[in-house]
Amino acid sequence: MDATVETPRILRDDAYYTLRREIEEFYYDEAECIDTRRFTEWLDMLHEDLRYFMPMRHNVKFGQHAERENTREDEGISWFNEDKWTVTKRVEQILTGVHYAEEPLSRTTHMVTNVQVLQALPDAASAQEVHTSCRFHTYLNRVEYETYNFVGKRYDRLVRVDGDWKVRHRKILLDQNILQAKNLSTFF
Amino acid sequence: MTHPSKAADFVDWRRGQISREIYVSEDVYRRELETLFTRAWLFVGHESQIPNPGDFFTSRMGEESVILVRDKAGVIHVLLNSCRHRGMKVCRYESGNTSLFTCPYHSWTYTTDGRIRGIPLYKALYDGNLNRDEWSLVEVAKLHNYKGTIWATWDPDAPDFLTYLGDAKIHLDQALDCRDGRPGGSEVIGVHKWVFPANWKFAAENFLGDTYHNPSHRSVDMIGIGPSALEGVKGRRDNELEQAQHVWCSFPAGHGVHSAVQPEGYEFVDQFKNDPEIADYFRYCHEERKRRLGEDARFLPFVGTIFPNTSYHGRQPRSLCSWHPHSANETEGWRFFLVDADAPTKIKDFLRTYYMRYSGPAGMTEQDDMENWLYATKASMGTIARRHNFNYTQSMGASELNPVVNGIEVRGDVSQQVTEHMAVGFYRRWAQYLDQEPWDVLMGKGDERFTPKAAEE
Repeated sequence: MDATVETPRILRDDAYYTLRREIEEFYYDEAECIDTRRFTEWLDMLHEDLRYFMPMRHNVKFGQHAERENTREDEGISWFNEDKWTVTKRVEQILTGVHYAEEPLSRTTHMVTNVQVLQALPDAASAQEVHTSCRFHTYLNRVEYETYNFVGKRYDRLVRVDGDWKVRHRKILLDQNILQAKNLSTFF
Repeated sequence: MTHPSKAADFVDWRRGQISREIYVSEDVYRRELETLFTRAWLFVGHESQIPNPGDFFTSRMGEESVILVRDKAGVIHVLLNSCRHRGMKVCRYESGNTSLFTCPYHSWTYTTDGRIRGIPLYKALYDGNLNRDEWSLVEVAKLHNYKGTIWATWDPDAPDFLTYLGDAKIHLDQALDCRDGRPGGSEVIGVHKWVFPANWKFAAENFLGDTYHNPSHRSVDMIGIGPSALEGVKGRRDNELEQAQHVWCSFPAGHGVHSAVQPEGYEFVDQFKNDPEIADYFRYCHEERKRRLGEDARFLPFVGTIFPNTSYHGRQPRSLCSWHPHSANETEGWRFFLVDADAPTKIKDFLRTYYMRYSGPAGMTEQDDMENWLYATKASMGTIARRHNFNYTQSMGASELNPVVNGIEVRGDVSQQVTEHMAVGFYRRWAQYLDQEPWDVLMGKGDERFTPKAAEE
């Protein structure tokens, strides 16, 4: 399903744990940016060649999951499948102040956990690119009574640009079939 | 709260007022399930989702789960997804290919045409007491494949689908036909499914041609997300209709559409400017369509709702949507995205990317619709709120029967200015379903809007 999952498990040495802490810090900074509504700053954490992808999840017969469970990046329709231009548009839309699905702004808390580095290139000690997996729980409450919980897995490729990590590829697996929310107006 | 015994009392079409009860009352909702969703033609899916024998797609009709399936002989069926023995869903996969539907509960099995194939221990336990032929999966009374879209009704007395569609046909056609004017030829490239806490009729009404709600999409129009946005074009789509006369049409069966008629001798309006190759493709389609259809090519769709709960977006973006009822204040939206099946991959890629940023719960345009529908439903639930009707008087009396617009006859009760008369027409028919009127009435008999006035003059 995910090519990165099949790579041999990276050695758990000091360099690995140092790198993982650095990546975790990056994720916490991202969550902080979004949850404190510093959306423009968050955009700076995304690579210029970003691919931001959230497939839909299908109910399929046993044995067909690898092939058919998730919609694909290279064809058809998903929840999100877009570049940085489009994500930037989403931020611009919120900043108009008249994007009524986010006006008044929702309250969100993005929790990131189970962070693992699946691959570090060229190696953990001098990584310029990492492939990671993590779990997320995004809580969103808006206006008075509307509350949504988005829970799932995230598979990222981060690359270092001028010393800073940037999200180059993000695959978000929301653990829902029919979306249990009226909108996906937050970021993941 | 006492309710009128007749649903017609909720719809004061002469004064352009409609009771909020129809959007919030559980009683009304139960009546809709019993009298409307059991009779009207409903969109179930698209043949491109089930190209091969044994292919199935699990769909819905009202609250019922149904299976759209192509049997081993290639015939399309729509079957109620509920075992005849104890009701378990015989299929809980979204789509796939199978020879049999096997009930997980007691292992009754059905073939892809719905007939019973196997009942465990039949000889020992049932022989002589159960006639297998009488216990097939329940099948719809009528099914129609219209240009690849599959429609069905539970009512054997329903008129055939094309009669039901009536003059809305050429509007829906524009959404289903190839961009270059060849009839049909669309395919579904994906289906968004999501649940939102609003009455289903808010969504259906929105697509009848509620052009007046444009201000709610102001944010997306300000930033520009259309197919020419990279060239600095604002708005959420290309304005190919800038020269056109818009028309808003209500039809005898309750459908409503918003379309447009280009002026005579009109030229291609530059669009899809993000990529010259894409722009060239659509320019070619435009010219080819003009060549094939002649003057009729000046007719272009925008949006519409085929009564009761199937809506379409005709051009940018292009999709069909079902608004499945869950309860008085919850709806499940299914948006089926369409492209020409034989369009080049590059075109399909361009379109799907545009569709995703526009439509559905993650779409920058549609998000704002859902916000409106949710809080309109919520704020209409109070006892005081329910005492105050909604106002539908916009452009009342401004429509006419079958006018000629830019030299082309546009059939239906047609307004050439922004209006809500399609919604009034929709609810007039809606009430007649709930009041269990006969089919000729449901098809518009007795509706003075569709009686030619020539006799009076």
